Amino acid sequence: MSALAAYSTSTGEAFQFWVLGTVAVIGALATVFMKRAVHSALSLAGTMIILAIFYLANGAYFLGIVQIVVYTGAIMMLFLFVVMLVGVTAADSLKETIKGQRWLAVLCGLGFGVLLFAGIGNASLTEFNGTGQANANGNVEGLATLIFTKYVFAFEITGALLITAAIGAMVLTHRERTERAKTQRELSEQRVREGKHVPPLPAPGVYARHNAVDIAGLLPDGTPSELTVSKTLRERGQIRDVSAEALNDLKALEQRAEERLERTEIEPATFKREEASK
Amino acid sequence: MNPVNYLYLSALLFTIGATGVLIRRNAIVVFMCIELMLNACNLAFVTFSRMHGNLDGQIIAFFTMVVAAAEVVVGLAIIVSLFRSRHSASVDDASLMKL
Repeated sequence: MSALAAYSTSTGEAFQFWVLGTVAVIGALATVFMKRAVHSALSLAGTMIILAIFYLANGAYFLGIVQIVVYTGAIMMLFLFVVMLVGVTAADSLKETIKGQRWLAVLCGLGFGVLLFAGIGNASLTEFNGTGQANANGNVEGLATLIFTKYVFAFEITGALLITAAIGAMVLTHRERTERAKTQRELSEQRVREGKHVPPLPAPGVYARHNAVDIAGLLPDGTPSELTVSKTLRERGQIRDVSAEALNDLKALEQRAEERLERTEIEPATFKREEASK
Repeated sequence: MNPVNYLYLSALLFTIGATGVLIRRNAIVVFMCIELMLNACNLAFVTFSRMHGNLDGQIIAFFTMVVAAAEVVVGLAIIVSLFRSRHSASVDDASLMKL
């Protein structure tokens, strides 16, 4: 009877497992199926925090804290950093490049999962000791004793691995400048030589109504000028065009004025951009 | 609750991660799915450590974390340099060796 009692965990832990486990699986699914890389990264960070709680529940106190500090604190922030660096123009195309690959992949995943579950189901996992004995002198002390005695060689190899990785990352992302950076004088001389945009670029905004940076300035014929908006916004497609909006506002205002004055039979306000530009 | 349930959860997360690696085309998301698989393995290690009552499983999970950190640093550097040379993070675009 006592063996059976030791084999199952407390009701509180069971409740925690079922609630947080569901959230962890939802987070993992969101990581795979979210369209944007930033959303995937945030879902994955949530799953990792829940895993950290599971580590704490399993008696791995040191690993639980390390999981939060290293995984959600360092690795996921590195991911977000790279997403910011890369993501502006990198829209993930959801088009299949190999026909039927997606369904085959899901089938493979299902088969793999069935194999894995069957393996765990058939394994004889009757031993259950709990970490109470092992954690008797403190979890961190126990881990330290093992790392510096039994696993000391692996620990030293780990140091070599980390140094290699740091140097590798530096070598991979370092770019040697092959030519000198142009000075301001040379740049202005080049602009004059090319003969286009000799003065500074035009400012964004339509000063009568909007002066936000994502609103393109209007050319004399009323069309927006892409040149006035910064390159990043242009690539993201985040330019707001307010030229038509202002005309619609005017039309609505005129209509309201007509209703108010109970004048109906005047020429209806059908101002079209094409006619105006002709 | 039987602690074997932690193993089932770990297997489920690993399967989701493996499917994600096969499905997604964005190199960064593929990499995140690999991280998910590593985390699932760590959960299994920690659970085994508890079932057997010694700390060796936790040591292995600790080493997995260290290796994962090194792997992320190098992998993201590769993705950044790939993005610099071909302005895309899609794994389909890196097909120079294809006939």
